Amino acid sequence: MITFMNNSDSEEEPCNERTSLMSAESPPVPSYQDGLQASEAGEAQAHRKRRAGSSRGPNNIAGGEMSGSGVPVRESALENEEEELTLKYGAKHVIMLFVPVTLCMIVVVATIKSVRFYTEKNGQLIYTPFSEDTPSVGQRLLNSVLNTLIMISVIIAMTVFLVLLYKYRCYKFIHGWLILSSLMLLFLFTYIYLGEVLKTYNVAMDYPTLFIVIWNFGAVGMICIHWKGPLQLQQAYLIMISALMALVFIKYLPEWSAWVILGAISIYDLMAVLCPKGPLRMLVETAQERNEPIFPALIYSSAMMWTVGMAKPDTAPRGPSQQTWDAAEDGREHLRSPSHAESQMSETRSPVPTRPISSLEELEEEERGVKLGLGDFIFYSVLVGKAAATASGDWNTTLACFVAILIGLCLTLLLLAVFKKALPALPISITFGLIFYFSTDNLVRPFMDTLASHQLYI
Amino acid sequence: PAFGLFLFTIARDPLRIIILIAGAFFWLVSLLLSSLIWFIAVKASDPEDERLQKGLLIFGVMFSVLLQEAFRFLYYKLLRKAIEGLVALSEDGCSPISIQQMAYVAGVGFGLMSGAFSMINLLADALGPGTVGIHGDSQLYFLTSAFMTMVLIFLHTFWGILFFHGCEHRRWWEIAAVVVMHLTVSGLSFCNPLYVGSLVPSYLLMAAAAAWAYVLSGGSAQNLRRFLLCKC
Repeated sequence: MITFMNNSDSEEEPCNERTSLMSAESPPVPSYQDGLQASEAGEAQAHRKRRAGSSRGPNNIAGGEMSGSGVPVRESALENEEEELTLKYGAKHVIMLFVPVTLCMIVVVATIKSVRFYTEKNGQLIYTPFSEDTPSVGQRLLNSVLNTLIMISVIIAMTVFLVLLYKYRCYKFIHGWLILSSLMLLFLFTYIYLGEVLKTYNVAMDYPTLFIVIWNFGAVGMICIHWKGPLQLQQAYLIMISALMALVFIKYLPEWSAWVILGAISIYDLMAVLCPKGPLRMLVETAQERNEPIFPALIYSSAMMWTVGMAKPDTAPRGPSQQTWDAAEDGREHLRSPSHAESQMSETRSPVPTRPISSLEELEEEERGVKLGLGDFIFYSVLVGKAAATASGDWNTTLACFVAILIGLCLTLLLLAVFKKALPALPISITFGLIFYFSTDNLVRPFMDTLASHQLYI
Repeated sequence: PAFGLFLFTIARDPLRIIILIAGAFFWLVSLLLSSLIWFIAVKASDPEDERLQKGLLIFGVMFSVLLQEAFRFLYYKLLRKAIEGLVALSEDGCSPISIQQMAYVAGVGFGLMSGAFSMINLLADALGPGTVGIHGDSQLYFLTSAFMTMVLIFLHTFWGILFFHGCEHRRWWEIAAVVVMHLTVSGLSFCNPLYVGSLVPSYLLMAAAAAWAYVLSGGSAQNLRRFLLCKC
């Protein structure tokens, strides 16, 4: 259930969001199998014996190991080994996703709480034409539902369009579209954001400085996202643009519409990724069949490939692994089998020359990470941001939504480990978040307020 | 201090972070249910009657305490199952995290969440103009709230350890003791704003719980002495 998040949105351009959570593929499975068998044949027996009915707790989450759809059925022993390897590092991957989601939410909440621009109502997007200023509740509800329908149909149309383009290999068009939209995001929205922040804190900045700052920010961002760049910088940029998008949504979506849209989009996500004819599922499967990465501008990946690509010269003598690295060089986001020796995963991402590669096992012991679509980031942040903005200024609600979303993410990753295919990241988290938002706002808040006023502690 | 605990002991290991967040989640759910009950009770009763409201509040607090402990128990059950899974999956047959560590982390999770919920609105208001208790309330409101919250967070941590230990070894009296302690502390907070009545006993209870948990976790006087002496 991978939902793809297409960042090509702005007021003018069509909004196309698909959130996705995808486990990394392992296209070069044959070579991986060989290597794995060579290094772990001895342990296979022991592992299989001990794997009787393992119940999976919340922390047995696989880092997202996935076999490509074109790969032949592997032996169960190998599957067991792979599962164990990845499950062992499951917790690490969950944290690798926790951190960016948390950062994004923090940025959004901080902005909402401090910059008043994003909570003023200055009009609506053209995708939500019905206003919510109507006097009666029923009318308002109807308007919000209609808004939601329009928004969702726009999203569906865009998704189908993108999938069709992908299927018919109109890569140039897609790339151009993505580049344009990320350009728009990086420059225009950043400009607005920076302007508002400066206004709030009453800091003066002259136009030339502003121009230089935004130009640098935008240019580096473009390079990082669409081409090569240090992983952390790319991640930081992706978080930034997700936060910016979320802020735009929070500002321009009317209240009830926002909640209904959140609910509807998680249902849509569920269907689009799980149904056999769902557009997102088709997109993922097509990408896997062709052994290509999904567009880098749409997905947040927690580990990177290009170091492996650069390892190719070092690994020339190794026969079976050649395939591995060939495929690896294509995409930056294919992730490798988990590493044994390296306890500090981050080191595997450091530039290759400093990393000694001595054995076949070590080669294949690369970091396997998880990928999460940017739309997921955006909608999580929208939820938390809306909670921060509209919940009577209450931090409890924000905190509750935050914890709910993180737990939802945990559960989703757990399911990912169990099912080993693309999963929608939105439904569980958003459901939890919505439940907690409404219940905390209406039930817990009066309770806590009363307790606090009497200074009672529970 | 609780945040420092978090940074030093939990933030390193991702597994612990997950257990922490899950613990916070469980506490949150228990809070939700208890406030639901309270809300229903309030709505069903007369809003004008002061004493009834106070009584309902007390009832709500007690009920919430009981629910929290119940959820701690549920969480314990879940963690037991998780440990079995982890053991089965790990390479060398022993779990990467022991039940005591889990108990500690779970306690911290509960504590952090309850502390956060108690304090954060206060903190946000504290950014405003500095008028504490000008309507005749105590001027020490912030200070005492801060101390009370801290003691509660620590207590939750220790209760977590004690509780899990009791569940592990099937010593029901330990579990009962934890519940009773929790009820006591909450009850003591009814003495507010007579702070002497609530803060001092709470701290005493915390010291007792700390010592008990320390002993249970395998510490002893010698360990303590060695630790202190090693430092200097």
